[in-house]
Amino acid sequence: MGRKLLTEHINVEGIHTFDVYRKHGGYASVEKALKTMTPEEVVEEVKASGLRGRGGAGFPTGMKWSFLAKPEGKPRYLVCNADESEPGTFKDRYLMEKLPHLLIEGMITSSFALGARTSYIYIRGELLYVLRILEKAIAEAYANGFLGENILGSGYSLDLHVHPGGGAYICGEETALLESLEGKRGNPRNKPPFPAVWGLYGCPTVVNNVESIATVPWIVNNTAAEYAKIGVGRSAGTKLISAGGNINKPGVYEIELGVTVDEFIYSDEYCGGIWKGRDMKAVIAGGSSVPILPKDLILKTAADEDRLMTYESLSDGGFATGTMLGSGGFFVLDDHACIVRHTWTLARFYHHESCGQCSPCREGTGWMEKVLHRIEHGHGHMHDIDLLVSVAKQIEGNTICPLGDAAAWPVSAAVLHFRDEFEWHVKYPQEATAPGAVFRKEASVLA
Amino acid sequence: MEQTASINKVEFSEGAMAEIRRYLSHYPADRQKSAILPILHIAQAEFGGWVSPEVMDKVAEILNIQPIEVYEVATFYTMFNLKPVGKHVLEVCRTGPCMLRGSDQLIEHLENRLGCKVGETSADGNFTLKTVECLASCGTGPMLQVREQFYENLDPASADQLLEDLKALTVRKPWEENY
Repeated sequence: MGRKLLTEHINVEGIHTFDVYRKHGGYASVEKALKTMTPEEVVEEVKASGLRGRGGAGFPTGMKWSFLAKPEGKPRYLVCNADESEPGTFKDRYLMEKLPHLLIEGMITSSFALGARTSYIYIRGELLYVLRILEKAIAEAYANGFLGENILGSGYSLDLHVHPGGGAYICGEETALLESLEGKRGNPRNKPPFPAVWGLYGCPTVVNNVESIATVPWIVNNTAAEYAKIGVGRSAGTKLISAGGNINKPGVYEIELGVTVDEFIYSDEYCGGIWKGRDMKAVIAGGSSVPILPKDLILKTAADEDRLMTYESLSDGGFATGTMLGSGGFFVLDDHACIVRHTWTLARFYHHESCGQCSPCREGTGWMEKVLHRIEHGHGHMHDIDLLVSVAKQIEGNTICPLGDAAAWPVSAAVLHFRDEFEWHVKYPQEATAPGAVFRKEASVLA
Repeated sequence: MEQTASINKVEFSEGAMAEIRRYLSHYPADRQKSAILPILHIAQAEFGGWVSPEVMDKVAEILNIQPIEVYEVATFYTMFNLKPVGKHVLEVCRTGPCMLRGSDQLIEHLENRLGCKVGETSADGNFTLKTVECLASCGTGPMLQVREQFYENLDPASADQLLEDLKALTVRKPWEENY
């Protein structure tokens, strides 16, 4: 059993309430930071821990904090990105629902470190029931003197609010999130200036993922040195992985970074193997936007070593043989899953969620969806397959925000690794579109 | 004059106004527009599950902004219904992970059961069927959302039972007692 830094008490009865959370050591980091540390010391501690942003990009959290513009008389803001919408990813929802006070504790300690006096949790609108859980917990924190004026007599004051989105995946991109929080359409901003300089209301702002912020209390309580000991190399600490798809035990698992992918998929401690006694075909390891990998490549690196659940090992070998840890949205496709249909659903998702600001993304995502739809429904041509790759290439890198890349990668990777399935759909449309059709990689069909 | 008259038709209840005032207090005095999404959620719950142009005009009036600023926001975010809906809106997730666990079959089953297609409302006015993109429930698909409630690990039998349960349910608003 790996160490649990975030979820140790997650199944304790009543842990969502202030009293029970407090009894299990809750809010200790707020006491420690506000009474014995300077804000700079907290920043340094997070920096030294090696914590990397858990939203997907993996950028070092402490370094992001240190970019925050120096005070110039403007307020500074901490905004928690709880707009979790990446297909395959559901860890933040689980964490907030079960442990709302852990996030609030992290928000207080982090806001103190950053000098923020007002902080926001931007939560996706579809999770209004989680918003109510958080609001209840925030009210408890105010009632117990951990929020509001002069927290614990330290002289530090903080207001914390939860803000609901309106159903737009793009608002998980930090500048789109800030636009949305300002009451506008969620169109990403050009960067630079980065939010650290020009963020919410034009003020210096840090935007961090739920899991990143929830990790800060452990680091402050136990020191950066202890945190850095967990994990492998630059992949320090633990990571919440949301496992879904065709596996026996879907759910959210906290792993120590460095567990092998094989163990994660097949051991009873985690996914428990493939459902219905089937074989595994492919895995999307870090949320829908990261490249899909066939079975052999997800289990072994380019150097034929066991692939590990770390930032480095998963990306080892580049686009053709590697993928990414991303947001930890790990979903498995069994050997009955149709890659074409699956890729079409993802293309449809990105087309639906494109904000429409950049032409390559607005037009390209729709084009890819259309082409995939016709291949999936038995009307494709062989040249459509290369057309898909060509459109994906023209989107990639040509948009203001990474949604364009996120839309292009699943398509490029699916064609790269499973071109035979696309060809099969074009060659044998009747078999591919028959009710209940299942793709099986039989030599006679592919010949 | 005509516009003023239509605005006057829309009045939030005291409970909803208290919620609106609470949200307004979260943002700096000169940044009240930030409350637009929370207020649109409140408006949708208050006025039968959708936001009409008159309701959006009222939101603009509360925020002291131009109506177009509300329209452009309400049309961007997919959670706001811009035309009337049934008593319950079934939002079925159809994205990759749910698809792998049978959302296609669930949608087909609901269409047959309700006698309407995705995007339509059943003849009895009880249900509007919608599909949505990823509701962060990938480990418990197939699933659907009704207002703030998730219903997960659905199959045809449990979906049928859900429809029966919902028919009998009185819809309450978040600021009302026993919500």
